Amino acid sequence: MTAQGWSFRMTPIRKLLILLATICLGVCIFRLVTGLGIVTNLNDEWPWGLWIGFDVLTGVALAGGGYFTAIVVHVLHRDQYHAIARGAMLTSLLGYLLVMAGLFLDIGQWFNFWRPFVSWGHTSVLFEVFWCVSCYTTVQILEFGEIFTERVGKKWHNAFKKAMPVLLIVGIIFPTLHQSSLGGLYLIAVDKLYPLWWSTLIPYFFLISSFFVGPAMICVESTLAGKAYNHKVPVEVLRGLAKIGGYFMLLYLALKIFDLSNRNVWDLVFAGNLESTMFLLELGFGVIIPILIVFSGMSKSRSGLFIYGLLVSGGVILNRMNVVFTGMSGKAGASYFPSIWEWAVSIGLVSIGVLAYCFIVENFRILEHEEHHA
Amino acid sequence: MAKGVLVDLTKCIGCGSCTVACKLWNDMKFQDNEPTMGPVEIAKLSANNWTVVQYYEIAKDDGKVWRFAKKQCLHCQDPACASACFAKALQKTEAGPVIYYPHLCVGCRYCMIACPFNIPKYEWDKTFPLVSKCQMCSTKVEKGEAPACVSVCPAGVFQYGEREELLKNAKSIIAQNSSYVQEVYGEKQAGGTSWLYISDVPFEQLGFRTDIGTIPLSTYSHNFLKYTPVVAVSWGIILTGLYHYTKRRNTIAKEDKNVKL
Ligand code: SF4
Ligand code: SF4
Repeated sequence: MTAQGWSFRMTPIRKLLILLATICLGVCIFRLVTGLGIVTNLNDEWPWGLWIGFDVLTGVALAGGGYFTAIVVHVLHRDQYHAIARGAMLTSLLGYLLVMAGLFLDIGQWFNFWRPFVSWGHTSVLFEVFWCVSCYTTVQILEFGEIFTERVGKKWHNAFKKAMPVLLIVGIIFPTLHQSSLGGLYLIAVDKLYPLWWSTLIPYFFLISSFFVGPAMICVESTLAGKAYNHKVPVEVLRGLAKIGGYFMLLYLALKIFDLSNRNVWDLVFAGNLESTMFLLELGFGVIIPILIVFSGMSKSRSGLFIYGLLVSGGVILNRMNVVFTGMSGKAGASYFPSIWEWAVSIGLVSIGVLAYCFIVENFRILEHEEHHA
Repeated sequence: MAKGVLVDLTKCIGCGSCTVACKLWNDMKFQDNEPTMGPVEIAKLSANNWTVVQYYEIAKDDGKVWRFAKKQCLHCQDPACASACFAKALQKTEAGPVIYYPHLCVGCRYCMIACPFNIPKYEWDKTFPLVSKCQMCSTKVEKGEAPACVSVCPAGVFQYGEREELLKNAKSIIAQNSSYVQEVYGEKQAGGTSWLYISDVPFEQLGFRTDIGTIPLSTYSHNFLKYTPVVAVSWGIILTGLYHYTKRRNTIAKEDKNVKL
């Protein structure tokens, strides 16, 4: 970073992303002034749709790479993984900001969003999600302050640096709590969510999967960023992370098997209906095959790791979608498919995230950062 | 003591007076495309309809009979909707009704996910939509009066009073007359409801969900949430410990290396 001015390269892909982002912003404004009915296909049978399912539930899980790296790099001090730390935490921060945007769009009384800060519905799992997500986003912004002040407002840099250890630890506690409570949201839907997904253990499934999707996302992200920025993270580093993820996937699988036996629902697993098919897809491609990749020679190559990353991330996305849609459809008594506007917003939000990532990577020390700061 | 309503579905003639009384008392418009009476496919609860009477043609004793089922919020003893609301916009009162406070609502619609009876509806067409459901005429109930729908029924379908009394009545009615289904709907479902139903045809044929357990749904969330403070604190301690331990270990490892060099 020698250049002092702000830079942002223009490429055809970026122009497309800017277009998508602009459409998204347009739809957002339209939605905020007209309500949910015109823009979305939501209805009384389907109160939660794509925005909650993808932008919030899935977004938060995929942003789990932040706390995963924070634990590995900054708490366990595995310094060899330092190369990916800032990149992962940046993706995570952007992820959460987009989640907040998605949530904000989805609530009907959006000017009332602050209400739970004063009117404490503490019996609600959503209350915990709300507090933790808000606090964690704040913590992440503060953590980013350390990077930001390397370039802007330098005189604050030391203060941020000093605060980092505390921020990091607080910044692990919050996501641990709310990753599990996102699953916990569905505990109350005991008579609605299909038994392949409903379980008293659902908070723990959400927690473990948000943790092991971390290294998977890092593999995907660093392969893509590697192409775009010619910054190659050593394969051994990625492989090491993937292995940590692999052990947690084994734990997940064991817990799933225990849970299915415990609740006596194996017959549903092989029932051959939509639910069982989706469930098997999710577990087969999202967990079992990736485990095989991680613990075999395939994970020695970049492409193997990339495939592993895609499968695991895809599996977690599918899992969250199954909980929100497939698992709830049986009792909903109506059908829902997101409207073109809902798609436009979700796709646009992701585009905004990618653009912001590119801008920050090109203007701050993210990828080539090696120094140990804690 | 908490009030309740006992509904004897065998007596209902499907006149719909109760749905009219509800509209009038709560000052809500009739909408042609949202009838309050009719077959289940067309008479649906909605943001405009807090109560509907659904018609069912049911095979019974070699013939067919018509039965009419009034639907509205059941005002659970331990309401899932209220326990799910993170802004306290839904609250159960001492007197029995589960009341909605619009100014507190954020519009997250988690209450709709939580309610096992699918009662809360949403004003999808409004810019600032609110949740909408029967309030059991809470202002009348506070004054000791029966809800509007109950007080207008010409066919004697409803009994209004203390829930516990009503439950006793209901049990003695069905015990004395074997043509009733030997179950009081609402006695145990999801921990029990303030509205109780008795019927001579199986409840599931009248569109009642019968696959609901007897444990209040808030139990599940509570069993999970109660660990939050403990987990937060102990996790914080573990992380801090590990942080210092591994940092020190790394420093020592480096020093060792330096010595060897
Ligand atoms: S029936 Fe549904 S809306 Fe009514 S009190 Fe019970 S949980 Fe709440
Ligand atoms: S929609 Fe309103 S009433 Fe329902 S849970 Fe959310 S804040 Fe509470």
